[in-house]
Amino acid sequence: MSAIQNYEDRPWMDPEAEPFIKIQSVSKLFGDFVAVDSVDLEIYKGELFCLLGGSGCGKSTLLRMLAGFEMPSSGSIMIDGANMTDVPPYERPVNMMFQSYALFPHMTVEKNVAYGLKRDGIAADEIGKRVEEMLSMVELTQFRKRKPHQLSGGQQQRVALARSLIKQPKVLLLDEPLGALDKRLREQTQYELMALQDQLGITFVVVTHDQEEAMTLSTRIAVMDLGRFQQIGTPTEIYEFPNSRLVAKFIGNANMFEGRVTENSPDHVTVESHDPECQFYIDHGMSIQKGSKVWIALRPEKINISKEPPANGNANVIKGMVHDIGYLGGTSTYRVQIGDGRIVEITSPNQVRPKDGTPPIDWDQEVYLSWHASSSVVLNK
Amino acid sequence: MNTGKRSKFLFSTICFGMAFLYIPIFLLIVYSFNASKIVPVWGGFSTRWYGVLFESEEIWASVALSLKIASVNACFATLLGTLAGLALVRFGSFKGRTLFSGMISAPLVMPEVITGLSLLLLFITLKEFIGWPDSRGFNTITIAHITFSMAYVAVIIQSRLAGMAQDLEEAAEDLGARPFRILTDITLPLLAPGMVAGWLLAFTLSLDDLIIASFVSGPGAVTLPMLIYSRVKLGLRPDINALATIIILAVAIGVLLAAWIMFRQQKQRELELKMSEES
Repeated sequence: MSAIQNYEDRPWMDPEAEPFIKIQSVSKLFGDFVAVDSVDLEIYKGELFCLLGGSGCGKSTLLRMLAGFEMPSSGSIMIDGANMTDVPPYERPVNMMFQSYALFPHMTVEKNVAYGLKRDGIAADEIGKRVEEMLSMVELTQFRKRKPHQLSGGQQQRVALARSLIKQPKVLLLDEPLGALDKRLREQTQYELMALQDQLGITFVVVTHDQEEAMTLSTRIAVMDLGRFQQIGTPTEIYEFPNSRLVAKFIGNANMFEGRVTENSPDHVTVESHDPECQFYIDHGMSIQKGSKVWIALRPEKINISKEPPANGNANVIKGMVHDIGYLGGTSTYRVQIGDGRIVEITSPNQVRPKDGTPPIDWDQEVYLSWHASSSVVLNK
Repeated sequence: MNTGKRSKFLFSTICFGMAFLYIPIFLLIVYSFNASKIVPVWGGFSTRWYGVLFESEEIWASVALSLKIASVNACFATLLGTLAGLALVRFGSFKGRTLFSGMISAPLVMPEVITGLSLLLLFITLKEFIGWPDSRGFNTITIAHITFSMAYVAVIIQSRLAGMAQDLEEAAEDLGARPFRILTDITLPLLAPGMVAGWLLAFTLSLDDLIIASFVSGPGAVTLPMLIYSRVKLGLRPDINALATIIILAVAIGVLLAAWIMFRQQKQRELELKMSEES
């Protein structure tokens, strides 16, 4: 990479960049229930931003406020420099793809897609041309005269996408866009969505509860819980550097250990845990009080499993007994019981083909779990 | 064998039930072709009562009045009932919603005698104060029918709206449709089957009603049920049997027609589904 920073793919790193969507201390109350609790968020042009969280975390309410279906109880929403807080949905430069697709059952595919342009009073031949283009882009030209109920789930999804894109919105909101598709189709559609977004340059805001979907699709993810953002960052940041136990557990799997900081120097930190008896050595310093209670998160794929004790000292090692093995072909998942009876999960690639069909590590075998000094994440909440 | 006995039992139950339901109707049809003037005495086959029926101007006037009231009533009841249903399901929680919802469904449970009596009182009071209606008849019966049949329509529309996903309307709004456009483009077309059902129900209810109509009718305005009732009060009459036979025939034709249309739609849908699976 050149010395001059290139921010093209990471506009949120650019101090000069102006956010495209600006959500400022927005709250939404339904009676006494706080659905969204004073959140701030900046989304940049061309991003594919994911709001990720379990059901009832406020992600859908936030999306509906961006679309205009819900009015914020307080705070403001700006899109492309214009205040959208009180603008009704039909006047916003924003379109939404609904989880249920919400295709008009009494209209043909063609009419569904044309609906948005018709409402804008665009000339009939212009509408015809743009609908034609859009249908060929989503490969539905041959189904133009069909009604929605005569299409498969994947085709319906593409009609919904075409309908929400035809007005060339500044922002496209997608509510669980792939939720209703089966696994194979979902994976394929994920990449199609990304390619489409790249091609059109429209800012996408996606709501999903599926962390895998969020990881593959997005430029950045906001993890939501109880109406607040727990962490906002790129998929890598969120996975490798979660800021709380909640985020670490929500995104991927994590083995969690409780301990106290015993040493805190500028270049390393040690944490001792008694349950199980183990010393954690972390090869970088951090601003944390000596003696304070912390949690160590270890990802299953970052733990080594071996029959012999590792050579380097007794930090970052736990002894255990193989309790269960899940063979997945490419990888195996080991569930190892450690001192206090807890189960630690390890995933390990099957790089070597076992000679006579017997696996190198077997059930009820004593094993050593070890990890690199940079692998464990220290969390203080 | 146990199963053989059971099926015999089932068979006889069906026969008995069917007989119970249809023998009276069958008898009525048979006696409408009775030549004798005394209904239960068979005097040979004849169609003379149909002739008598067709010559009776009184009967045709009451049929015309009933049909006129029923269709005007059905149109207004559908309009008002749809609006009430929309207000109850789509307008969220406005002030007085519970009261409104209760009052909408009150005519459903109110005894007809009370509805009729209270409406009669209303018309009399109105005449006293504003001089309208100066005579009771078509107007008052129609108004009375609208008040109770719109409650039925409102219930049908409510249930249809509740089953209709709101996100269709939101999708239209999102695509730039203003509230009135949403109503005409999305809500009403999707409500159409419910509105047709409501119209038909209101039409039937009105055609059927004897009690309320008797209360609010005046001299000279006699609906078909009122006419039949007043004639039968004086004893069974063969020309009324003929009239009933014609009504049964009309209903049967209507039901068969509806079944045929539904059958064709089903076929069409299956065909379309097959088409989409093949491609």
